[in-house]
Amino acid sequence: MKETKSKKLDPEKVMERIAEASRPTVAGVEEKDVRHWVTIYVMGRGYSVPADLTILTAMEYAGYKFIRGCGCRQGFCGACSTVYRRHGEYKLQTGMACQTRVEDGMYLVQIPFSPAEKASYDISKEAYKVNTLLKHYPELARCVACNTCTKACTQDLQVMDYIQAAIRGDFETCVNESFDCIQCGMCALRCPAEIVQYNMAQLARRLYGRNDRPEPKHLTDRLKEIEQGKFVKPLDEITKKSKEELEKLYYSREKESD
Amino acid sequence: MAEVKYIEGYPEEIFQLIPKVHETRSWRAENIPAAMTKEERQEVLKIHPDWAPGGKRKIVVGPNQGDIAPREVVDLLEAYPLIEKQEVDLSIPDYQVDIMVLGGGLAGTAACIWAHEMGIDKDKILLVNKLRHGDANSIMAEGGTQAADRKVDSLERHYLDTIGGGHFTNKPDVLRALVEDGPFIMHWLHELGVIFDKEENGDFVEKWGGGTSIKRMHSCRDYTGLEEFRVIRDEFISRKIGCIEHFPAVELLTDGDKVTGAVLYNLETGEYKVVAAKATILATGGFGRLHIRGFPTTNHYGATGDGVVLAYRAGAKLRDTDTVQYHPTGAAYPVQIIGYLLTEKLRTSGAQPVNIDGEAFVFAMEPRDVEAAAIIRECYVRNKGITTPSGLRGVWLDTPMIELKNGKGYIEKAFPGMDRMFRRYDIDMAKNPVLIFPTLHYQNGGVETDPVGRTTLEGLWVAGEVSGGVHGKNRLMGNSTLDCMVFGRRTGISAAEYIKKGKKQGKLTLEHVSNYVKMLKEAKIKPKRRSPILLPEYRGKKSLARALHVEV
Ligand SMILES: Cc1cc2nc3c(=O)[nH]c(=O)nc-3n(C[C@H](O)[C@H](O)[C@H](O)COP(=O)(O)OP(=O)(O)OC[C@H]3O[C@@H](n4cnc5c(N)ncnc54)[C@H](O)[C@@H]3O)c2cc1C
Ligand code: FES
Repeated sequence: MKETKSKKLDPEKVMERIAEASRPTVAGVEEKDVRHWVTIYVMGRGYSVPADLTILTAMEYAGYKFIRGCGCRQGFCGACSTVYRRHGEYKLQTGMACQTRVEDGMYLVQIPFSPAEKASYDISKEAYKVNTLLKHYPELARCVACNTCTKACTQDLQVMDYIQAAIRGDFETCVNESFDCIQCGMCALRCPAEIVQYNMAQLARRLYGRNDRPEPKHLTDRLKEIEQGKFVKPLDEITKKSKEELEKLYYSREKESD
Repeated sequence: MAEVKYIEGYPEEIFQLIPKVHETRSWRAENIPAAMTKEERQEVLKIHPDWAPGGKRKIVVGPNQGDIAPREVVDLLEAYPLIEKQEVDLSIPDYQVDIMVLGGGLAGTAACIWAHEMGIDKDKILLVNKLRHGDANSIMAEGGTQAADRKVDSLERHYLDTIGGGHFTNKPDVLRALVEDGPFIMHWLHELGVIFDKEENGDFVEKWGGGTSIKRMHSCRDYTGLEEFRVIRDEFISRKIGCIEHFPAVELLTDGDKVTGAVLYNLETGEYKVVAAKATILATGGFGRLHIRGFPTTNHYGATGDGVVLAYRAGAKLRDTDTVQYHPTGAAYPVQIIGYLLTEKLRTSGAQPVNIDGEAFVFAMEPRDVEAAAIIRECYVRNKGITTPSGLRGVWLDTPMIELKNGKGYIEKAFPGMDRMFRRYDIDMAKNPVLIFPTLHYQNGGVETDPVGRTTLEGLWVAGEVSGGVHGKNRLMGNSTLDCMVFGRRTGISAAEYIKKGKKQGKLTLEHVSNYVKMLKEAKIKPKRRSPILLPEYRGKKSLARALHVEV
C-alpha cells in the first residue's frame, strides 16, 4: 500500500490525522466500521462483539467496566485470567483476557483472584537448598506429575517440569522454566495436590538470584569507589556547569565502540 | 467485501512489502545512519506531539498558574473534586498509621520496605492500591535499568547522558542522587535475588540504551520490570506490611498546611475510608491513560494521573508539565496490540526502523523524542510509511537484523515476552519485520521534589513517575525503574526519619479542597468535569448510550 504523494502537512494537521487513525484503539470501535462479528457468552449471557477484539476489549465493548480482572492490559500482570470453553467442546481452556482473541461461541468467566498461600521468609537467612523449598511449601512433595498445571498455564510454560526440577533440587531448570511466569494463579487453582507452583517458584528464583553466581566484581569495586568518595569531585563539578558548558561536553562526548 | 488473505500473520498487501526489507538488510547493516546534529534534532522535533501546535494550554489556577501542560492534564487540574466536604465524616479515622504510601508500583513498594527497614512497625505502614498490588506500569518495564557500575563507566558520565537526553532541563541535585545511588540499587536487587542477565564470569550483561554513550542497561530477558517487581513484592509480603487493594485515594487530607492523610474509596462497594498518617508518600505513577493528543498508550489501566491532581489541590508545586514522552516503537499492527510497547532493547540489539522503500531513515538510538519525531515525519511528511488495515500508518522495525547481529535463536532467548505476543498473531519476528508507530509512554514532569523526595508541602513525599525534575523534559530508557527504586528508598528513609523525630498526627480536613474549589469558581471554570478519574472509560458507545442508573 504505497502512499500517494501529498503536499507537506503542517504539524497540527498531522496530529489530527494520527488521532483520527488511533480513535478505534483509544475510544472504541464504531459499529459501522465492524465487518465481522462473533457471539461470546460472558458467564452464560450472549453478546455480539467485533471479531478482532480481545476478550478484555470485547467485554468492554459489551458494556463491562472492569474493576477487577484488568491491570496492565498487556500480558504482564496476571490480573485477567480467564477460563473458557468453545461451543460443542468439552475441554476447558485458560488464557489471559487481554491477550486472547474472542472466538465465536466462547463461554467464559474471569478468575481475578486466587486465594493462595505465600510463605514469609527472610531471604538472606534461607539456605540455597531444595529443603528450603520443602520447608516453606511442603505440598511440593505431593506432586503426582499429572501435568494439569502445564495444561492450565496461560503462558504455555512447562509448569510440571519446573515443579519436578525443584523436587530434584535442579534450581537452574526450575528458574529457567518458570522465569516467564506472570503469577496469574491458574496452575494452583487446577492442581489436585494443592501446590502453589508460582509462589514456590518465586522463592526458588530468589534463592538462585542471590546465590547461584556471586555479585559481579565490577559492581563491588564500584561501590567501594563510591564509598571512598571517588566521584564526589567530578559530580560537584558537573552539577555546577551551565547549560552551555554541558551542551559542549554532551555533543562532543565519545561513544563506546560497539 | 472480499476476505483478506493473510500470509505469515500479515494481510497479503502488506506482506508483499516485506521482501524490500529483506533485500536491503545486509547493506543497511554496514551503512548505519549517522546520529543527528543539534540542528537536525531541532528541526525534526517540530513534528513531535509535544511541539506541534494545538496540544497544550495554560494552567489557570494553583501554584503553577501560567505554566503550560497538555490539554488533557489541564482538564484534570481544572476539574472539580469527586467528594465534597460534607459527604465525608473525618472525625474517626479507619486507619491511623505513621506512613501511608499511595500506589504500589516499584517506587511505592520500595518505599514501604525501606521505611520498615528503618524501624517503622509493619502495622504502622499502609500501602494503598487502586487495583491489585502490582497492576502498575512497573511490572511492564521490558528493556532494563541503568546504573553506572562498569569499570569504563562513571557516575558523571551517567549524569551527562541523562541531562543531555533531558535537553539540559533536569534538576541537578535530584539527578545527582539518581546516578549516585544507581550501583547501590543494583547491589540491593542482587541481594534480594533479582536474576539479571549475566556473563559466564558473573559480570552483568550490559546493553545500549537510546541516548546513552556507553552500555549501561541491566536487564532480565525482556521481563525486567516483572522480575524486579515480583521480587520486591515478595519481599514486601514477607515483611507482612499493611496493604489494601482496589481502594484508590480520591483526596489527600491536610491540616491547612501539612498533609495528614487521605480519603480512600472502595471501588467495589462504594464505601469510603479515612486514613490518618503522619507522613504520606505519593507513588501513583503516570498518566498514559489520558491518551494525550489521542495517542494509544503503553501504560497500565490505572495510569490516570490521580497523584498529580491530589498533590496539586493540596498545594504542591509541579514542574516540566509541558512535555510528555512518546515511545518511538509502539506496535502498529495487529489491531489487538496497537500502542503496546516494543522495547527499545530491540533497537539497541540491532533492529532498525525502516521505511516502505527499505531505507534506514534514522539512527536507531536517538533519544526517544527525536526518534519518535523522525518516525512521524517518515509517515506523514515524507509519506514513506505503510498504512495498516486499521488506517494507522507505521514503519518497519527490522527485527530479523537482531539475529543477523547476535546469531540465530537470539530473539526467542532474549525477548520471550515479545516473541510470545507476536506469535499469538502468527507473526514470527525473527523471520519478518514488525510494524511500529510512536505511542504515549511516560509522564516526564510531575510533582517537584528535593533529593530525598520531599515536596513543597510538609508531610508529603513523592517518588517514581508521578515526580518531576529528575528526567527534565525527556527521560532516557532505563532511568525510570532506577528512579523508582532510588527515590522509593530515599522517601521511605526520609519519611521514617521524620517520624522518628516524634512528629504528631495533624488534624484531618478537606479545607484545601474547598479553597481549591473557590479558586476554580473565581476563575469562572464550570463544574463539567470531576477528577481524579481513577479509571478510563472504554465501554462501548452503544451500551453506554442505553445505560440506566437505578438503585437496586
Ligand atoms: C510498557 C512499559 C515499559 C517500560 N519499560 C521501561 C524500561 O525498560 N526501563 C525503565 O527504566 N522504565 C521503563 N518504563 C517506565 C517505568 O516502568 C515506569 O515509569 C515506572 O515503573 C513507574 O513506577 P511507579 O512506581 O512510579 O508507578 P507504577 O508502577 O505505575 O505504580 C503506580 C501504582 O499506583 C496506583 N495508583 C494510581 N492512582 C492511584 C490512586 N489514586 N490511589 C492508589 N493507587 C493508585 C496504580 O494503579 C499503580 O499500581 C516502562 C513503562 C511501561 C509502561
Ligand atoms: S491485564 Fe495484565 S495480564 Fe491481562
